Amino acid sequence: MEPSELKRSKDSPNSDESTRRSSFPDEVLERVLSLLKSHRDRSSVSLVCKDWYNAERWSRTHVFIGNCYSVSPEIVARRFPKIRSVTLKGKPRFSDFNLVPENWGADIHAWLVVFAAKYPFLEELRLKRMAISDESLEFLAVSFPNFKALSLLSCDGFSTNGLAAIATHCKNLTELDIQENGIDDKGGSWLSCFPESFTSLEVLNFANLSSDINFDALERLVGRCKSMRVLKLNRSVSLEQLQRLLVNAPQLAELGTGSFSEELTFRQYVELESALSNCQNMHTLYGLWDAKGIYLPALYPVCTHLTFLNLSYAALRSDELAKLLAHCPRLKRLWVLDTVEDKGLEAVGLNCPLLEELRVFPADPFDEEIIHGVTEAGFVAVSFGCPRLQYVLYFCRQMTNAAVATIVQNCPDFTHFRLCIMNPGQPDYITNEPMDEAFGAVVKTCTKLQRLSVSGRLTDLTFEYIGRYAKNLETLSVAFAGSSDWGMQCVMGGCSKLRKLEIRDCPFGNAALLSGLEKYESMRSLWMSACNVTMNGCRLLAREMPRLNVEVMKEDGSDDSQADKVYVYRSIAGPRRDAPPSVLTL
Amino acid sequence: MSKPIEHDYIGLSEQQLPSMEKSSDKKDGLHLKDTELRLGLPGSESPEREDHDQNVLSLKSFVSGAKRGFSDALDGGGNWVFSGGSGGGTEGLFSPRRGGKNNGGKDLSGLDSGSVLKDGAAQKPSVVQEKKPQVAATSSHGNGNIAPASKALVVGWPPIRSFRKNTLAAHPPKNDDGDGNAEAKLGSGCLYVKVSMDGAPYLRKVDLKIYGSYKDLSSALEKMFSCFTIGQCGSHGVSSGDGLTESRLIDLLHGSEYVLTYEDKDGDWMLVGDVPWEMFTDSCKRLRIMKSTEAIGLVTRQCLLPNK
Repeated sequence: MEPSELKRSKDSPNSDESTRRSSFPDEVLERVLSLLKSHRDRSSVSLVCKDWYNAERWSRTHVFIGNCYSVSPEIVARRFPKIRSVTLKGKPRFSDFNLVPENWGADIHAWLVVFAAKYPFLEELRLKRMAISDESLEFLAVSFPNFKALSLLSCDGFSTNGLAAIATHCKNLTELDIQENGIDDKGGSWLSCFPESFTSLEVLNFANLSSDINFDALERLVGRCKSMRVLKLNRSVSLEQLQRLLVNAPQLAELGTGSFSEELTFRQYVELESALSNCQNMHTLYGLWDAKGIYLPALYPVCTHLTFLNLSYAALRSDELAKLLAHCPRLKRLWVLDTVEDKGLEAVGLNCPLLEELRVFPADPFDEEIIHGVTEAGFVAVSFGCPRLQYVLYFCRQMTNAAVATIVQNCPDFTHFRLCIMNPGQPDYITNEPMDEAFGAVVKTCTKLQRLSVSGRLTDLTFEYIGRYAKNLETLSVAFAGSSDWGMQCVMGGCSKLRKLEIRDCPFGNAALLSGLEKYESMRSLWMSACNVTMNGCRLLAREMPRLNVEVMKEDGSDDSQADKVYVYRSIAGPRRDAPPSVLTL
Repeated sequence: MSKPIEHDYIGLSEQQLPSMEKSSDKKDGLHLKDTELRLGLPGSESPEREDHDQNVLSLKSFVSGAKRGFSDALDGGGNWVFSGGSGGGTEGLFSPRRGGKNNGGKDLSGLDSGSVLKDGAAQKPSVVQEKKPQVAATSSHGNGNIAPASKALVVGWPPIRSFRKNTLAAHPPKNDDGDGNAEAKLGSGCLYVKVSMDGAPYLRKVDLKIYGSYKDLSSALEKMFSCFTIGQCGSHGVSSGDGLTESRLIDLLHGSEYVLTYEDKDGDWMLVGDVPWEMFTDSCKRLRIMKSTEAIGLVTRQCLLPNK
């Protein structure tokens, strides 16, 4: 049901009088609104009128906070009394690439303390780029008796001891998803902490961890958790052990294998293949660490119904990938390493017409000597075969404007276009021109574009194009690009839906920063590092816009007047009090 | 951090570095010594290295193909600067500002001088932060296809998450070319391994079985890659038809600039010359003639990983 329809019927009685009852009793309104899941829809609904604001806040059970410092836990708890599920994101995205000092903040503990008091029935916590300690994990484990799902992505500050606490105390746990974190791996004994009576686990992802776990404990756990649908193992689990697990869990929908490379006897191979072929529900395959080409055929029975295949830790050759993909006609999402080269990507184009997402990661990102990996040819080949592409992340060492123009002509539906030409500031390698026309083509053709990452040599023209055409753009990442302030000014002036802008190593200065004065309050955040912004510019911004937090991270030895790293975000919680000394809040 | 054994054939003194920088920038004038190709084998000459401890990278694993633009590794003052090696060892060269330990790590932008990797504890370089648009930086290198040797190694670039970087660093994907010859085939009649040289546009292959000792291998490699060195001389104003005798060639190659390394079965990069020849041919998967500026800190397995 559209919120706008409800609004119309609400408006017909006299909506000016706040004392007049609404057409719907509150309970009905709440009931209706509880069906709304999208947090954006809910935000819109809450703006309609006071009654709706109240109905919405009483019916909301899941809150999504894109920047943990934009609001305080007390404010959240006051507005939403019935929350059972929280998603929180902390550090700026560039912290993934070591551009943010580690003690920057985004610690979850203060939130947990408030939640323990206000949301004792909290069930789910999903964190991204937050700092979380073992003490916090223990506190979480004992404070919420109904706790069900914990997901940690790109977080840091904890060790496997924290996981042990979760396993020990959370009797109703259904999900434990530990992904790509800076975790102190002290050993695999945490897995043995799940009690023998514990059977509720549905999602278990410990692929991030490297230590050996007690396999018998794992086997028993998987055996008794009959509802398990997602199991992502770490590298220490062997092929033979995988087979034993699968025999007890044919219901799995998502599987992350362990190491895919030991020596198997023929009988073991047949058993593995048979176990896999029993997994009729499997739609996602992940892991395949160190995959040996000769064992990939064991996957063929599963491949026929696969929609997501993540090979980004398996260094396959082009022929190995081609053979595998011939069995994956239903693939919608594919992640690979660039060891498959252009030839492998040709096979993608030939075999996967339903593909919507492609990510190509570099196997040797810092090796410039030996030229391998993928080029523009591979990307073009995919675009011819996969017109439904919407999401691409592509790391390459060479690209041309013409190739990108062809690609977007073939695939006009891109919503996420992230192209990383790995040599900063590299031009079109054939014409030697900047890559302006490439991204111009992207924004002109792909009208639904929401997320764009640019690279290569780019002048202000790229940003003129972006400002003029990318009207749906929400997230923009820029590095080593642009010629002057004008570039950023075009973006700030033109991209009305922009929410996240992250910039590094560009010649944008105070004029550019201040051109977005009006805009920052409608954005989640702005990051600028190694640009030409000065402290004075930041101070001016902070003074003019009191509802923004303007944080500057200085580095040792740099000029006092330069603002090395600037992070600007809107907040109703005011300046934060937990900033480390290297972070100045203006 | 254990002190690595100082090998004579590694490394450069600090004094030498500025002169090397000058030579790589100069396009005229002849600086033969600075362009010498040196295959560092035990017993060969080498300048002493000063200030050893400060400059050592404690690498837990050395990612194959690690490339460090030379001029990037210097700050303005000509001091040799390294990434902080503590803690996030596997991140080593590539994400030098390991967030956990070095809070005040430097982040230099600008591509002319590249990013300087700083060991927050050891050094206080006077760093100049380049603000030029990078258009200038790459415009001088016409063809963007093959990256120039002095390309910048930049903090947090390419944008790859630490987990992926560490995973690939610890277990580098085997880069088999199509014919599968990348893996040394033991016991067969020949033992072809790839040989790469920093700065050369293409690689070569050698059959390790036809050599009986390190010396033979060294001479053969020198001959094989001399064309690149001569090429460099050519750009410095010396024509190749200038009557370079073989002994002169070997003099060139015995200079101090290069070090011979190899990748063993475990994927670790090792210095050539430590183990007996037979053991070497058994475990060598590929060879790399590395600029000794990069080889500093590359120590033998024995001292880095005592438990092996």
